[in-house]
Amino acid sequence: MADADYPEDLLYHPEHDWARLDGEEATFGITWYAQDALGEVVFFDPPEVGTPVARDEAYAEVESVKAVSDVIAPLSGEVVAVNDALVDAPERINEDPYGDGWLVRVRLSDPGEREHLMGAAAYAAALP
Amino acid sequence: MSTYTAVTDGDRRAMLEAIGVSSIEDLFADIPAELRLGRELALPAGMTEQDVYEHLRELAARNRSAEDEITFLGAGMYDHYVPAVVDMLLSRSEFLTPYTPYQPEVSQGTLQAMFEYQTAICELTALPVSNASVYEGPSAVASAGYLARLANGRRRFVVSRGVHPHSRQTLETYAHGFGAEIVEVPLRDGVTDPQAWAGALDEDTAAAFVQQPNFLGAVEDVAPLAAAAPDGTVVVGAYDPIALGVLAPPGACGVHVAVGEGQGLGNRLDFGGPSFGFFAATDAYLRRMPGRIAGETVDADGRRGFVLTLQTREQHIRREKATSNICTAQALNALAGIVYLSWLGRRGLVELGELLLQRTAYARQRLGALDGVRALHDASVVREFALGLDVEGLEGVRRVIDRCAERGINPGFALGSELPEHPDGLLVAITEQRSRADIDRLAEALGAALAAEPRPQGVAA
Amino acid sequence: MSEHSPPRSATEGASPMQREPAVTIFERGAPGRRSFVCPELDVPRRDGLLPEHLRRAEPPRLPEVSEPELARHYVRLSRRNFDLDSGFYPLGSCTMKHNPRLHERVAALPGHARLHPLQDPRRAQGALELMWNLERALAEIAGLPHVSLQPSAGSHGELAGVLLTRAYHADRGERRHKVLTPDTAHGTNPATVTMAGYDVVKVGTAPDGGVDIEDLAAKADTDVACLMLTNPNTLGLWDRHIERIAAIVHDVGATLYYDGANLNAVMGVSRPGDIGFDIVHFNLHKSFTQPHGGGGPGSGPIAVSDRIEPYLMAPTIVRRAPAEPGGGNGAPADGAALEFDLDFDRPKSIGRLRGFQGNYGCFVRAYAYIRSLGAEGLRDASEVAVLNANYLLARLRRAGVADLLPAAYDRLCMHEFVLSGAPMKRDLGIRTLDLAKRLLDHGYHPPTVYFPLLVEEALLIEPTETETRETLDAFADAVAAILAEAAEDPEIARQAPYTTPVRRLDEAAAAKRPVIRQPA
Repeated sequence: MADADYPEDLLYHPEHDWARLDGEEATFGITWYAQDALGEVVFFDPPEVGTPVARDEAYAEVESVKAVSDVIAPLSGEVVAVNDALVDAPERINEDPYGDGWLVRVRLSDPGEREHLMGAAAYAAALP
Repeated sequence: MSTYTAVTDGDRRAMLEAIGVSSIEDLFADIPAELRLGRELALPAGMTEQDVYEHLRELAARNRSAEDEITFLGAGMYDHYVPAVVDMLLSRSEFLTPYTPYQPEVSQGTLQAMFEYQTAICELTALPVSNASVYEGPSAVASAGYLARLANGRRRFVVSRGVHPHSRQTLETYAHGFGAEIVEVPLRDGVTDPQAWAGALDEDTAAAFVQQPNFLGAVEDVAPLAAAAPDGTVVVGAYDPIALGVLAPPGACGVHVAVGEGQGLGNRLDFGGPSFGFFAATDAYLRRMPGRIAGETVDADGRRGFVLTLQTREQHIRREKATSNICTAQALNALAGIVYLSWLGRRGLVELGELLLQRTAYARQRLGALDGVRALHDASVVREFALGLDVEGLEGVRRVIDRCAERGINPGFALGSELPEHPDGLLVAITEQRSRADIDRLAEALGAALAAEPRPQGVAA
Repeated sequence: MSEHSPPRSATEGASPMQREPAVTIFERGAPGRRSFVCPELDVPRRDGLLPEHLRRAEPPRLPEVSEPELARHYVRLSRRNFDLDSGFYPLGSCTMKHNPRLHERVAALPGHARLHPLQDPRRAQGALELMWNLERALAEIAGLPHVSLQPSAGSHGELAGVLLTRAYHADRGERRHKVLTPDTAHGTNPATVTMAGYDVVKVGTAPDGGVDIEDLAAKADTDVACLMLTNPNTLGLWDRHIERIAAIVHDVGATLYYDGANLNAVMGVSRPGDIGFDIVHFNLHKSFTQPHGGGGPGSGPIAVSDRIEPYLMAPTIVRRAPAEPGGGNGAPADGAALEFDLDFDRPKSIGRLRGFQGNYGCFVRAYAYIRSLGAEGLRDASEVAVLNANYLLARLRRAGVADLLPAAYDRLCMHEFVLSGAPMKRDLGIRTLDLAKRLLDHGYHPPTVYFPLLVEEALLIEPTETETRETLDAFADAVAAILAEAAEDPEIARQAPYTTPVRRLDEAAAAKRPVIRQPA
């Protein structure tokens, strides 16, 4: 994806992570800004299904050739699915950060935490 | 004095003027006067090149090297022949003088050599992953411990007493820092006691260490030892690469991480270094490897080329979370390794191993038949074996070594200086440079030295 | 160099070397070919020496080449490297000074090169004396009384230093868990801290490029075991508050560690020990010109203060009266009778960090260097290193590059300096990486790029003392020429290099699907 894009239907964490809410679950990924800053993603080290994740804490790493970035959980819960396709094609995180480049799916433990997240406009305004 | 600078008085004036200061002193203005040395260093005055050569030659003359005696010293480093082609290639400026290959476009020589080296180590060990070298053997063992500690989070190392004492000591030093305890497993009949080994291993064992052949020269049956390790425990084998011409490789024995001292592969003794350590592993540990790894890729025009890869493991990127702190390793020594292995070749390595096997068996039999000599174990050996001498402990062994030295023979390593349980032990190493005639001379010298030695009280001759 | 303009495209730049595809040693040769001729079996052959199940089933798939093939392969391969003997190599933080060939000659003398590390010390007196003399020289240069030569490289010296710190505190019954490192530090510092079982606490950098004193004071508490510092730091700047830093660190009972990567700026000028550093590591492959070999060998001796000495690695080299059979360990009667020996009896030692006594071959070279230069020569080396760096900085300014490549800190530098490529990126649309790659076409090895991390688009330039003024002038002109060229057509730099054995390599592909050995 060549140009900056922050879809309206997502919630954003200031560490450049997004969450798409779906009932008691949510899908997580990194934002256009994050993948652009990182450069071509060459490796995604996913957590195992069943791993608990805590809001504001790292649950995985993404790597480019010359950088490693912690991926921060925007919300707390337990991993119920990981995007296995990224093992062979981590570049999907660059190509489609909000679609095929999703990272994990999480069963939320505290849906109220969403209050801490930002909407697209607020997130985009906070970018450097 | 020698100088390698080029600044004339005229240069200095012009350069200071361009900078906009009036003296060299001014360039150091940030350093407060009280922190300046304010005198010359108390070092000898500089010398001309020929005088330095003479001084270093004189120091060299006061060492007794493998050129001055027939040596059977081994115990981790071996007097193998270093082919002339290794010297020729290593002395080329293009290999000798560049830094680490940070700019791959102008470092293809070094990078491709690393790739070839990695391939050779993988072939030798029958493991799929190798890095481009670590410092040397014992610290490679310790680095394998750090890999295991990070990989499974456990805190216990089980270590065979057959592992080189320097490796065990280095592992202990490292483990004291990153937090792991060491449990030692004794030898029985020269090899790691399988019952004690199995008994020492548990679910909290981060790594289990065995050496092949072990420090007493004995060939271990590695496969059952590796099989005894619980899930998740990293089985580390420290191997003598020269012996891998004839011994089953670690990858075929269930070893997860194979390391070792590479000196025997085309590197000179150099009083202990520089040499290189090799470090190979199963695929599971690819992203946990310490050190540089070269990988194949293509350039902008589609040409084949090589780069440093998987660098996110390393200290300059991952910093406090790095898989190791290693930066500079032993590229030139590893180059000697790949040149040597190519020089030996596929058949040569096996032929060399077979030759060592035969000559070592001959030496073991010949020396074992001497009055006052007994075998320390009956296990199979490849290139080194341990004897017990009927003398008064370590001091007695040292006197025997001195007597042999007077006849131009170095009979081996006094085991008691590292292993108190073998105060009268002698470790004898064979290389392709030690002929049958040399072994016969050793037997003669050792026999005479023992005959001159008082027999210890209460020990049967 | 400046009057000649390098090719501006791949078609123009293609050299014969480029038309030669990369072929590995495993792709050469033929089954049955060989270089090695095995000595004849001269003992009676015995069967069954190794049980079958311990034997290797298949020979390893090593190359099968003749010696002429082997020699040609690696000689041709060598020509695909840039090296210090062929050209300017201003790689910041690496001190790429000339490697005198005398050092190779003396290191190759059989008395050094074929000396077994377990030779009895009485028959290795020359080697031990050399090591002793080198230790004394390094102690004098550091201003600290005790030296261990054992560590294999700078990072290994760092590990020694932090483990020594741990032993020092533990011996005093103290448990501390933090080590401070500046955000400008080499990556080896934080990596070492973790390896030694401590937590890294980062200290910020002040606007003048030195340690942020306020931040340091706030973070220095009695949980801090050590501060690791490079001075001059990785920005090439002498820290103006070094005395206060030392006082703050010592006031909380922590040790002060000196990363000697940048020692080349201050040899014979200022000594870390006199400033209050407790532990110093040397990079013999930097300051003392051990050839770097494409990534080692190195050597990383350490010097320590009296309070750290009890914990130094074993063995140490001692000079004492020869032990008499029957036990004579009396005081030496006269100096001439003294012998060098290895002392393993060190009850408080942290132990060993590696096998044997260290990279002796590197000691021979470093010692030859120190004896060649002497006190005056070492100081001269540092002075000229600083002169050359400041001259190159001034010369780059004069060549008109300062607007696009400003110095990150506008003050006199020590032996190296940092430029920021941020304005160049903004105004010309080329990055520091592009400038670096275009420098290759001009026949230079680029400076260190993208380090230190806190300078945007950083270029860290260290010319060293062994380069001539003409070389520095030509390099400055080449940088100016690249910027002028980019102002006309930035694409030339973006696609560079054109003249090298390969062009830019796809590092992402290499990392994504690693091919790290030749498939069978």
